[in-house]
Amino acid sequence: MTAVADLTVATQGPRRKLGKGRVAAWLVLVIAALYFLIPIAASVEFSLRGVHDTHDLSTWENLFGQPGFLDNLITSLELAAGTVVITLVLMVPTTAWVHLRLPKLRRLIEAICVLPLVIPAVVLANGVLVAFRGGPNWLTGTPVILALEYVVLALPFTYRTLDAGLSSIPLTTLVEAGRNLGASWLTVLLRVVVPNLRTSILNASILSAAMVLGEFTIANLLLMNTLPVWTVQAGQQDGEVATAASMLILIVTWALLLLMSVFGQRGARRTGRSG
Amino acid sequence: MTATIEPSTEAKPGSPVRLAGLRRGYGQVTALDGLDLDIAPGELVSLLGPSGCGKTTALRIVAGLEHSDAGAVFVDGRDITKVPANKRDMAMVFQSYSLFPNLTAGENVAFGLRLRGVSPAQRSKRAGELLELVGLNQHYDRYATQMSGGQQQRVALARALAIEPKVLLLDEPLSALDAKVRVQLRDEIRGLQQRLGITTLFVTHDQEEALSMSDRVAVMNAGRLEQCASPDEVYTRPATPFVAAFVGAMNRIPGIASGAEVEILGQRLTVTQPPEVSAGAKVTALVRPESVLLTPAVAGTVRVARSSFRGPVTRVTVELADGTEVDSDLPSPAAVDLRPGTLADIRFAPEPVMVIS
Repeated sequence: MTAVADLTVATQGPRRKLGKGRVAAWLVLVIAALYFLIPIAASVEFSLRGVHDTHDLSTWENLFGQPGFLDNLITSLELAAGTVVITLVLMVPTTAWVHLRLPKLRRLIEAICVLPLVIPAVVLANGVLVAFRGGPNWLTGTPVILALEYVVLALPFTYRTLDAGLSSIPLTTLVEAGRNLGASWLTVLLRVVVPNLRTSILNASILSAAMVLGEFTIANLLLMNTLPVWTVQAGQQDGEVATAASMLILIVTWALLLLMSVFGQRGARRTGRSG
Repeated sequence: MTATIEPSTEAKPGSPVRLAGLRRGYGQVTALDGLDLDIAPGELVSLLGPSGCGKTTALRIVAGLEHSDAGAVFVDGRDITKVPANKRDMAMVFQSYSLFPNLTAGENVAFGLRLRGVSPAQRSKRAGELLELVGLNQHYDRYATQMSGGQQQRVALARALAIEPKVLLLDEPLSALDAKVRVQLRDEIRGLQQRLGITTLFVTHDQEEALSMSDRVAVMNAGRLEQCASPDEVYTRPATPFVAAFVGAMNRIPGIASGAEVEILGQRLTVTQPPEVSAGAKVTALVRPESVLLTPAVAGTVRVARSSFRGPVTRVTVELADGTEVDSDLPSPAAVDLRPGTLADIRFAPEPVMVIS
């Protein structure tokens, strides 16, 4: 009987420990969630405040009618789209080529691509101003230069995401199979590499777009009008409008991340793999 | 514009291939050292050799996936050395699974046809026919991850055949498969190759595969061609000691040279090529295990060291007086009495043997 009792204690021990571990994990999760959600909830509540401590949607309804809001929203969306297109056109073939022909340089190129993370935004902005002083009008003083700057800022996300995607597929064999069957390099890129990097390309696109939609410092230093810049300026006059605009940027970013997750899962289900 | 090619699954005259003086080096390492090889139309030639002998490099140069430092590749008499891989009209089945993961089996097979402008209806029909040819017509809509390794290689073979290549290149396509599937698939590949009459270059390090599938076997060593002959000739009349040692098992038995003969353990055997030594010199005779005959004898001259049952044959290893071990492959029923420690008489089949000094 004693032996049975000992056995019961022995088998319950780890279970109790596991239970404590789970509670601790949940506790950490809840604290982390509150850390993020409380400010967001407070901001949403603030943006919904009406007169005499009431709540309504008037600030959100008026948001799109605010002077400059729509123009700056469109500029930011165009910048996001432009950045994504330039980044992908530049980085997908480059990263694939590095994997195929210059695999020894992967670490060096990764280090170079991570540089924008360690260079302060103000240095980047000043560098651009100095480098392109006297440049053509279509470049300087237009969102084009900002898009090019954002391409550089997006390099850490795009390179790492594409590099991981390319590492997860037998790239050399697939490319050689495509070439062998009669495909040109461009066809191989578009019909073999890109379809098998769908998830990585989507991830890189959405991370880049999210970065552009929330970027303030460089746009402000280059005197560009984007949604984050407009939001900060609007906040100096009407805090509720600025908060609603910030929330909108957050919602758009989340929507993009959700899209990324859905498309990623659908792609993985279809081919039975990720990458 | 839609192409109007009407591909078939029947034999067409294959294309002759000629490799002339191919050389390729990687830094200090010479992968190919002047490879010359002629492949007749519709012939299947295997490049056989140990790892690093240059066989895959040769295949990749033929495919256009690598360039040679010197030499040329001719197909149908035309020098294609500078022609890019996508314009060579060749198809390759790779060692690793190479199906495009984003496409179904049918779409994979139709890939090359699509590049050639074949209409969707035609290429779908053709892909179905080829999948049927490799016994996978039920797998048209399956992705690579939903198929076994053997099925994936069958689809890869169908994809290669779909474009009706002038030359089919096989880069150890069976090496990743389990033994049973490997044997089954090699017979299927050989059957299809003969039926379609496609000139085929097959790279393998597995001598059983090479001997069983090929019209001719080209044995390579250190970037050079040691011998290119029929499987029977390579096995029974190896041109060099390397071929003799690499293809099949081979005993090295001390003997005494005697002109066109060699004396081993009191028995005289003719030699394939007399060694450049004087009569009476000590030489080494190379004798296949199946040419070594053993019979149990109370006053036998050799002692059985061990035996290893291999199904229809049993390999019995005996020890000579000087300590040399000699393998003998005997029909299993004949080896029942040859247990370790048993004394036996040894004889050699009266066949020409190779001798090295």
